[in-house]
Amino acid sequence: MNRFIWPLVAVLALLVFLVMGLRHGDPRALPSPFIGKPAPEFELPTLKNPEVSIGTKTLAGDYALVNVWATWCVMCRAEHPFLLELAANKAIPIYGINWRDSRPEAIRWLYDLGDPYLASAYDEDGRVGIDWGVYGAPETFLVDPEGTVIYKHLGPLDPAIWQREFAPRIAGGGPGQ
Amino acid sequence: MKRLLVLAVSTLLVSTAFAIDQGKVFDDPEMQARYEKLISEVRCLQCQNQSIKDSNVTLAADLRREIARMIEEGQTDEQIAEFLVVRYGEFALYRPRTTGKTLVLWLAPFLLVLVGGFALMRVVKHRMSLPIDGESGEEG
Repeated sequence: MNRFIWPLVAVLALLVFLVMGLRHGDPRALPSPFIGKPAPEFELPTLKNPEVSIGTKTLAGDYALVNVWATWCVMCRAEHPFLLELAANKAIPIYGINWRDSRPEAIRWLYDLGDPYLASAYDEDGRVGIDWGVYGAPETFLVDPEGTVIYKHLGPLDPAIWQREFAPRIAGGGPGQ
Repeated sequence: MKRLLVLAVSTLLVSTAFAIDQGKVFDDPEMQARYEKLISEVRCLQCQNQSIKDSNVTLAADLRREIARMIEEGQTDEQIAEFLVVRYGEFALYRPRTTGKTLVLWLAPFLLVLVGGFALMRVVKHRMSLPIDGESGEEG
């Protein structure tokens, strides 16, 4: 019997890794290198008014969500109602980065579907998207009052993800839904 | 019929030529070579099993543009790799750099071969010490 122990242990260890790999969830989701680091500096015109600019300074002082979206992004449409709900409940200030989009279409989208954002930055050529390490909209960053990125979610937000990942990270127990 | 075939084939060729903006970016052949090597070693994160050289999604195009800009500015390959890793993590590079975090990736294959070889050696040695007609020496 003894001679089978070590191969058995090795196979079991491999199985454990396999199961861990399978349960990892979305294989496209990568650990963001920004967690625990200051949010990347940016300064962009807002979507609705090119004269007004929005940037890292705008985020400072409070917890904030930075949501990367675009009208060509199907899953952005899926998460939009939940963002509206968060905004209606004043759960957290939400800023948008409108990524690689057309300004008129993006404005029309907000007009048609509702605007959950305090403001959206208009990142026409994707420069800021690169600085934020964006590779697939929607992406949502949680930034703390000191301007540090504390969490990033790839894919559409929903109430379950909000309760599990975002609310606990917001100090003071987190404002409900 | 033949004409039709030629037409069909040439139509196909045209569409592949349009797929990715593979045109020359630099006049200097040395810079162009560096550029092509770099973009073939950067993973397209929107379409994870392609390099940004082979992909035509917007992010790949943006990254090609940024890399061209950095080469133009005279940045070294290491600086460009660092730029990408800071933003997207080591995963963005098809050839992970030898750093503390990725060292295990580089060393693991050799370690595994060593461990396997050692185990094999022990088994062989053990077997060799058994009597040749050893029906009794099974347990050990």
